[in-house]
Amino acid sequence: MNALVWAGVVVIGGCGSVLRFVVDGTVGTRLGRAFPFGTLVVNVTGAMILGFLTGLALGADQALLAGTAAVGSYTTFSTWMFETQRLTEERQTRSAAINIVVSLVLGVAAAALGRWIGLHL
Amino acid sequence: MTGTGHNSCQSHRPHDGAEPGGAETRSGHVLPTPRRSRILPRLDRREVAAIFVGGALGTLLRAALSEAFPHSPTSWPWPTFVVNVVAAFLLGYFVTRLQERLPLSSYRRPLLGTGLCGGLSTFSTMQVELLNMIDAGAYWLALGYATASVAAGYAAIHIATGAVRRVRVSR
Repeated sequence: MNALVWAGVVVIGGCGSVLRFVVDGTVGTRLGRAFPFGTLVVNVTGAMILGFLTGLALGADQALLAGTAAVGSYTTFSTWMFETQRLTEERQTRSAAINIVVSLVLGVAAAALGRWIGLHL
Repeated sequence: MTGTGHNSCQSHRPHDGAEPGGAETRSGHVLPTPRRSRILPRLDRREVAAIFVGGALGTLLRAALSEAFPHSPTSWPWPTFVVNVVAAFLLGYFVTRLQERLPLSSYRRPLLGTGLCGGLSTFSTMQVELLNMIDAGAYWLALGYATASVAAGYAAIHIATGAVRRVRVSR
């Protein structure tokens, strides 16, 4: 673990965040913003990629850079919760509940699928 | 309907004069529906730079915590749990303040919300942690971790939002 790796964490973390913004915006533009599909797509795809990386059994530095930094910054918990809370405020309780349950179910399933692919490569 | 998410506000927010009248005439390229002509969201350089900086900082904090406090698959993942709940609280605070109290700013929300809080929090790590708990047969731990994360994250947004709004009303 050296300075170069941590510099990589910083740069990759910035890039992952920008990628999240772009994907989220693109999905939101296409599917509308009544339901937070953008964050859902980002989080489920990210869970799958991180599962895949877990299956590859990377070294410590690679796991930190590709997993914790890249995929970790690409996905977001805070926006997921924020959007859920705002849906509730707008009395869209059903959408809020769906957003929580679907994210968790698809998230774990995507991580499992990704890891299965990673293990069988 | 101000805010089903951090993107919804983009439709309300002017993009730094990058879009004067909506007339997107690129040499000889005429689109039938100009309003829906954008496939990718318009990228504002300053906005992207702010997201990059915030995201880099948030990611560094989260990575440092996860490296400092490693945990086994069957123990409570404190680093992820703490960064997620803290990021949720900060996001609720920042966005509510920026949307309802402060004047429009083109870089604060991308810097603090999309960047810092988004980079600090993570969904994917939480899902892989849940998967590992399920694999290890720690079903109750998985259920407790998922429930506690959602409950605490939601409560954090709720409390931060309420705190900002109370201050505003009392003025």
